[in-house]
Amino acid sequence: MKILVGIKRVVDYNVRVRVLPDGSGVDTDGVKMSVNPFDEIALEEALRLRDAGKADEVIVVSIGGDEVQQQLRTGLAMGADRAVQVRTGESLQPLSLARTFLKLVEREGAELVLLGKQAIDDDNSQTAQMLAALWSRPQATFASRVALDGGTAKVTREVDAGLETIEVDLPAVISVDLRLNEPRFVKLPDIMKAKRKPLDVVTLEELGVTVEGQLEVSHYAPPAPREKGIMVEDAAQLVAELKNRGLL
Amino acid sequence: MSKILIIAEHDGETLNQATAKVVSCAAAIGGDIDIAVFGHGIDGVAAEAAAIAGIGRVLAVDAEHLATPLAANWAAEAVALAGDYTHLLGPSTTLGRDLMPRVAALLGVNQVSDIMEVTAPNAFKRPIYAGNAIVDVTVPDGLKVVATARTASWKTAPDGGSAAVETVAAANAAVDHTRFVGMEIEGGERPDVQSAPRVVAGGRALGSEEQFELIYRFADQIGAGVGGTRAAVDAGYCPNDMQVGQTGKIIAPDLYIAFGISGAIQHVTGIKDAGTIVAVNKDPEAPIFEVADIGLVGDLFKVIPELEALLG
Repeated sequence: MKILVGIKRVVDYNVRVRVLPDGSGVDTDGVKMSVNPFDEIALEEALRLRDAGKADEVIVVSIGGDEVQQQLRTGLAMGADRAVQVRTGESLQPLSLARTFLKLVEREGAELVLLGKQAIDDDNSQTAQMLAALWSRPQATFASRVALDGGTAKVTREVDAGLETIEVDLPAVISVDLRLNEPRFVKLPDIMKAKRKPLDVVTLEELGVTVEGQLEVSHYAPPAPREKGIMVEDAAQLVAELKNRGLL
Repeated sequence: MSKILIIAEHDGETLNQATAKVVSCAAAIGGDIDIAVFGHGIDGVAAEAAAIAGIGRVLAVDAEHLATPLAANWAAEAVALAGDYTHLLGPSTTLGRDLMPRVAALLGVNQVSDIMEVTAPNAFKRPIYAGNAIVDVTVPDGLKVVATARTASWKTAPDGGSAAVETVAAANAAVDHTRFVGMEIEGGERPDVQSAPRVVAGGRALGSEEQFELIYRFADQIGAGVGGTRAAVDAGYCPNDMQVGQTGKIIAPDLYIAFGISGAIQHVTGIKDAGTIVAVNKDPEAPIFEVADIGLVGDLFKVIPELEALLG
């Protein structure tokens, strides 16, 4: 069985993102870029499934310009067998991403797609669900536990009320949450080895995907700041202040 | 004029408060607003939905296979009802985030996630980068708007409506590829962190699951819900459904009290809409003080017992 894992190049988790003064976007100049943390978790899960003998091959996929090859190499260094870059200069939104993944799924004959539950840049949280819809297959989103048994996956999902467990038949799409696993650290020899692993490039046109119906994103603004607060000296003052404001 | 269909969230017995918040978002868009209730044995839920002010019709789709909110089943029903609706809206809860993108894809459109403000019937503001940037998003003319409303940005729509409830037969059979197995509900008797007017939260500084009891005890004393940071949840001090922040719950209580929380941006994004933020932290440099309305530099293990005594 083949597992497809999507990995997105995003501004690193630890970078404090700033909006450009002209509102045209956020400042990414000289900013550290990384694999979306949720996607790392998705890849780690795929690798563990393969290493447990439940899958034969793990393919990492990224969609974007040639800069995404950096993140694909990271994925290969973590242990993916091979990588596919879908080359495009456009910034694709989830529906087009899902259409692209569907083409790759069909081309590769993948039976399981693991994706992060959201990307920490756009915070959309849509691609996995959309892929499942277009594929007419099950979705198991926000997974904190995945147990694969033959053609069925039992997935525990982190939902608002607690933990929900569902069972899905493969092929299926699983989007992963934070507590599914802790991704491995990449070691230097793995980085060297990753350079020799195959990284194929395919264009959107070759896959037959047309980008349409994109939402227009017109202006970026920093969030409205909260008014400056006050400091109190001790618990008694805090209680007095809260009572004063009618909050307690 | 807009015709808006809201997908109701409920637990089979009561309507989730998030639905009334989506109604407020729909009211800001303007137009006719209907609510679809999917489930089994949902007369009570449908009646609750009908009682929200401003609702035209409630469409109750009652079928056994809709009893649990499996996205594949619910999305198919939403699409069957979509017809000439210009907008389909759900809440930004885990249910809405699971369901609505599936609906959007089946309708061939992108989704607008987390609407925080409506600037035109097809134009919205939404947060990205954990709330570090707010973008204007416009849905191209002629396309349906499928969206989630960011529940922390919208007030609960008032009651006072008397919409007609129409029963609609399910348009689809159950999917055979997805099965509900079970649900573990955590939290118990305490107010739900997502809707509680007061929330008390703890971070890594609590140090252990046992010491996190301090947070529960104080929360119970003031009738508050309980939240935790990702660090606290990851360390096992509190369960995952309490996580507040970018990747957990986004909340907007009237009062939020943070104990031993440093204030990482990923956490702060989950509380920025709170009415009043109180922070208690040993470290005077902690970033949480930048967003706090009232700050107290102090050791939570001393401050909490003092607060308990003062309020006792």
